[in-house]
Amino acid sequence: MKMRRWAIALGVLLLGRKKRQPRFADRPRIVAPGAPDPRAEWVALLLLLCAAAAAVGFIVVYSFNHLAHQTQYLGLALGLAFAFVAAALIVVAKRLVVTEELEEDYPLSHPTTQEEVEQLVEESGDRLTRKRLLLTGAGAAAGAIGAALVVPALSLGPLLDTGGFYETPWRRGVRLVDEHGKPLLLDEIVRETFYTAYPQGADKELLGSPLVVVRFEPAQLHLPTQRRDWAPGGVVAYSKICTHAGCAVALFRKPTFPVVEPGPALICPCHYSTFDPTRAAKVIFGPAGRPLPQLPLAVDSGGVLRAAGNFSGPVGPAWSGVRSKAPRNPS
Amino acid sequence: MVRRAVEGTEEPVVIRGLVRFLDERSGTAPFLKKALRYAFPDNWSFLLGEVALYAFVILVGTGIYLTLFFEPSTASTYYTGHYLPLRGHEMSVAYRSAVDLSFKVRAGLLMRQTHHWAADVFVASIVLHMLRIFFTGAFRKPRDLTYYLGLTMLILALLEGYLGYSLVDDLLSGMGLAIGYSVLMSIPVVGGNLALLLWGAPFPGKPDFESRMYVAHVFLFPILIATLLGLHLFLVAARHHTQFRESRRTTEKKVVGVPTFPGQAPRSLGLFFAVAAVLFLLGGLVQINPIWLWGPYHVAAGTNGAQPDWYLGWLIGALRLVPNFDVTIGHYTLVPNPFWGGALFPLLVFLFLYLSPWLERRLTGEYGFRNMLDRPRDAPWRTALGVALFTWVFIIFLAGASDRVFVSFGVSYEAQIWAYRVLVFVAPVVALLVTRKLCFALQQSERLGRIRKQAEAEARGELPQPE
Repeated sequence: MKMRRWAIALGVLLLGRKKRQPRFADRPRIVAPGAPDPRAEWVALLLLLCAAAAAVGFIVVYSFNHLAHQTQYLGLALGLAFAFVAAALIVVAKRLVVTEELEEDYPLSHPTTQEEVEQLVEESGDRLTRKRLLLTGAGAAAGAIGAALVVPALSLGPLLDTGGFYETPWRRGVRLVDEHGKPLLLDEIVRETFYTAYPQGADKELLGSPLVVVRFEPAQLHLPTQRRDWAPGGVVAYSKICTHAGCAVALFRKPTFPVVEPGPALICPCHYSTFDPTRAAKVIFGPAGRPLPQLPLAVDSGGVLRAAGNFSGPVGPAWSGVRSKAPRNPS
Repeated sequence: MVRRAVEGTEEPVVIRGLVRFLDERSGTAPFLKKALRYAFPDNWSFLLGEVALYAFVILVGTGIYLTLFFEPSTASTYYTGHYLPLRGHEMSVAYRSAVDLSFKVRAGLLMRQTHHWAADVFVASIVLHMLRIFFTGAFRKPRDLTYYLGLTMLILALLEGYLGYSLVDDLLSGMGLAIGYSVLMSIPVVGGNLALLLWGAPFPGKPDFESRMYVAHVFLFPILIATLLGLHLFLVAARHHTQFRESRRTTEKKVVGVPTFPGQAPRSLGLFFAVAAVLFLLGGLVQINPIWLWGPYHVAAGTNGAQPDWYLGWLIGALRLVPNFDVTIGHYTLVPNPFWGGALFPLLVFLFLYLSPWLERRLTGEYGFRNMLDRPRDAPWRTALGVALFTWVFIIFLAGASDRVFVSFGVSYEAQIWAYRVLVFVAPVVALLVTRKLCFALQQSERLGRIRKQAEAEARGELPQPE
């Protein structure tokens, strides 16, 4: 008995169609009339049910604790749910509501009202005899208050103190260590191999810290005369931070067949600024405007590489005035 | 309830109650009726702006979800999670939480990838929308203000996207930030000071910098974009849509289109769900920015073939193409190199775009309202200039990928750069001349077609149709 009533109810729900009594039949229609399309209604209904099923699928997939490719299934389920709704709406738009063509006037401007606004503003101010002066006062107040509200923004950073740009942790005697803090020994530096070094005991995450260290045959090096002793055993060290845009110079071009290939080079992967490590990191290609600053090296009695001073120039990307001071240590 | 449904009056009763409730409290029934019967001219190209709007909605939704898990802090920590390649690595809390929300949070990766895809689609649809506006002359009065707002939103969207992927503090974030920092530094005279102000200290800056980026990314920029978006849409509605000359009924005075309700609403809503579907399918099925592969950023780390999101490709290209010089006076560096490609180049492009409505007025002497759209061929000079500009930008955009072409296909990097350096000057000129010629040729063939039709009609003895 109960089953039968349910079956009838379901049948009525699915198959029963009715035409609604027009309640506004006495008035002219606003929306253009159109013929019903029961098949399109079926399609839209089916699509909406599919959307619901996909959304339920999303919840089911979500409820698993460990499921391979869960992200993919989640995306698929939610994406499909939305896609089914989109399809249903397209069916609605194309088949189940009328597509009318309305005509409307483009809005115009309102010259009379414009003038009235002008007039009312002017009339409002005609009791004032020193309008200019008052406006100047208002301007002064607005400007000063505006400035007062902006000034606290200066706490963001040391606006005028650019001294920090010149600071590096390198000074005479600082040992070169690798990323694990192990000192670099001259004898362990292999020729034409790329090493990254840091100042012992200093913060590695400063632009002034990291170095590239490469060893050449001393005869391969063509350093300026005043830098002749900067490369003990043919080991040269440069700042690892590109002078163009501050990326790490992380690539080393090592010719495998030097007769036809270009010479060794340090290259920044960001914009391929290319520096010649045998010629004091001169820029040979790419956009960098300055060579990489060179760090003078020395070897102590234990064979450990140490800095023999600070860099030959300021480290990192350039700013106006970058060349005007030498790098120094933080005081 | 049952009785009402049988009589078929249930729906109108609900609607009547709702409308009455609203009208009695806000007096907006006349506005509502007008809004529902607002005419939308129908052209496929008009959906681009809508796509941008819907991508923004998805961005806000997925973005809010991400903020529930992401920790914007550069404090140092060690990864101890299940992803073995990173285990034991020192990294920032920000990066670790981004990795964790990808691996540990259920649906986290889906939301993060959908967010990223939505950002790429957001900017792409704004750019395409802008191209449509430009080449159809839709930026002319009375819609110039609408256009300026749109351009400003494009700039904000670019910055917002950049901030978004910089927050994560993976290797690519850090490399991108180093470049952004250097471009800011390169602004003549004040660059260094501005960089200090924003970063709080020389790169990588104070820990506060992460919080600054975060509040900008999740609050300031979204609020700004949403406000401008509201104004933009208000202006569009206030001045009505533009339209193409499709029939004799579409004129400068009358707009012809589908009403919001019932015609446009399901179309537009359908587009929203379609955009959502595409974004979530992409987010689930197509990997984007797998940050666990890049690793955490360290000042001394870099990787070859690194690429930003597509919408910054033009700036990377410009930075690559500039030859190696700094402008110096004696020992004083006036203009560091990144300024040309990273700052001046986008400035010029946007300057041209912002000045277009004014230039158009000056060059054509047209100061009145322009509600009808041009087809690109109808305005050969505008089209030619626009194509030249976008060719220029596109060539530079391609140059941005030259490292990938080198890494993937072995084409000499230096040869590519030299080719692009030449193309950057040649291609826009060629594009300008070809486009102009093409526009005129199209116009002429249309005229010929009309004349032929008329002649044929006359030969058949029909009366000539008034155009």
